Amino acid sequence: MTGRTTTIRVNTLARVEGEGALYIKLAGERVTDVRLKIYEPPRFFEAFLRGRHFSEAPDITARICGICPVAYQMSAVHALERALGLSIHPAVRLLRRLFFCGEWIESHVLHLYMLHAPDFLGYQSVVEMARDHRQLVEKALRLKKIGNRVVTVLGGREIHPISAVVGGFYKSPLKQQLHELVDDLKWARDMALETVHWTAGLEFPEFEQDYEFVSLRHSDEYPFNEGRLVSNRGLDIGPAEYEDHFVESQVKHSNALHSVVRGRNSYLVGPLARFNLNFDKLTPAAQQAAQDVGLQPPVKNPFRSIIVRAVETVFACEEALRIIREYEPPPVPRVEAPNRPAVGQAITEAPRGILYHRYALDESGMIIAAKIVPPTSQNQKRIEDDLREYAPRVIAWPLAEATWKCEQAIRNYDPCISCATHFLKLVVERE
Amino acid sequence: MRIIGCGNRERMDDGAGILVVQRVCSLGVNAAIHSGEAAALIEAWSGADDVIIVDTVVSGAPTGTVHTWDSRQPLPLPTSPASTHGLGVAEAVELAGALGRLPRRLRVYGIEGRQFDFGYNLSPEVRLAVRAVIRQILTLVHTDLADGRSEPARLSSE
Repeated sequence: MTGRTTTIRVNTLARVEGEGALYIKLAGERVTDVRLKIYEPPRFFEAFLRGRHFSEAPDITARICGICPVAYQMSAVHALERALGLSIHPAVRLLRRLFFCGEWIESHVLHLYMLHAPDFLGYQSVVEMARDHRQLVEKALRLKKIGNRVVTVLGGREIHPISAVVGGFYKSPLKQQLHELVDDLKWARDMALETVHWTAGLEFPEFEQDYEFVSLRHSDEYPFNEGRLVSNRGLDIGPAEYEDHFVESQVKHSNALHSVVRGRNSYLVGPLARFNLNFDKLTPAAQQAAQDVGLQPPVKNPFRSIIVRAVETVFACEEALRIIREYEPPPVPRVEAPNRPAVGQAITEAPRGILYHRYALDESGMIIAAKIVPPTSQNQKRIEDDLREYAPRVIAWPLAEATWKCEQAIRNYDPCISCATHFLKLVVERE
Repeated sequence: MRIIGCGNRERMDDGAGILVVQRVCSLGVNAAIHSGEAAALIEAWSGADDVIIVDTVVSGAPTGTVHTWDSRQPLPLPTSPASTHGLGVAEAVELAGALGRLPRRLRVYGIEGRQFDFGYNLSPEVRLAVRAVIRQILTLVHTDLADGRSEPARLSSE
């Protein structure tokens, strides 16, 4: 291998939510170039939102991602409510957390079983996996469906939910409507616990990096949509300070912007960050499930994120059951939102990591500026940095296998390329 | 017969399937709009005997080409649907096949798209293809109506 130049070129990545391409160039065992290419046009929605009334922001931004529309809606409504000085009824707050529970369940299960697990088991797709593990895939589909059902009950439909508005919900569910989810959620919790054990039995390469993990942190709960932004390197800021501490820059090879911590380097958002920074806020059962399989913070191996997603699925099921037990419908489902000039920011934890929104409004409530920073674009530089370290470990393998391993390394991050660049295409071509 | 149009109306040519469904339903045909996400799609056709799906695809064929596939044949569908909805229609069909959850008959109309930027405009060729698919589906439905197999119209989205 010494002196030989090897080029790994995967023109279109399979099994990520979106379209992207990976380019790695090595001279012998030395990585000389790594580029994660995103083909998509620049983010359209920020421009599309300008000139629209703020009340349209939840519906418009929900269309950025078909897998995590709830997080987009919630970042939008929280930012706008902060801008307009609105206070939300505690029952509405509970409903929003339940909304997140549903999205986390369906998103994590989709990625874990249908996008990532095939890698670990040596299958090219979940279809191949289903032929040998039919019962497992059937259970996974049922688990995902339960998450979708939670989102549908609260949001009116599972894709692009329509019920969330600035100030609350169009309609709040009856206690009985939520109670009808309980049996399914109990089954889901048990299946999620099985999933923790199942994923912990997979084979993981020894690969750890010195990450700066960034997530929300809340004094009372595992974070979904409120809290301060913290890191394992001392960051501790409010959402309004995000742009003072994180810098986006354009890179030639990608249409998504790269993010770094100001004065530092790449960082990692998502389940590993949340788990490492908020382990103490998981439910006891979720903590125990992690400990039973030897998973304790800090987890620095991104391949083990599949186990962390399973732990978070346990948490989401338990949190959903708790909320349903405690829920009483609010006196009104939403508070009115006035038109006035204002600026507001918010950060929520999409399944893939922190999602930042900022809006500026004029006196008529029209959006004059919007900024949206998705989690996948924040992780993109970190993914490239991982590949720079990981590629030399697999480059001695047959090219097809080495290529697949690099793809798997990208899928550790469950990248939602459609969020970062707003396009989806699922084709794998190898040269 | 259950007719399902998949896609994303906000992504130009990826709205073709949805437009087909909206039009046939306005004419009194039972049809549903769906995102096309694989796992949910398998649930959407569950219990149906005869299913028609309309979606946008990208195979390299000329824009506006209408690919048709019937489950009674091997799957020649392009493996790269222009899906803005993750695991899409092709994966749903294959996964359902592996799990024994295909309907007795499944027909797929794949309209070749070209532009998937944000917006509501269709490529002219796709617009023509949408009309052609509507005509074909209406012919199938009228045949079923004549045979007494169709149900009353209802437009729904997931």
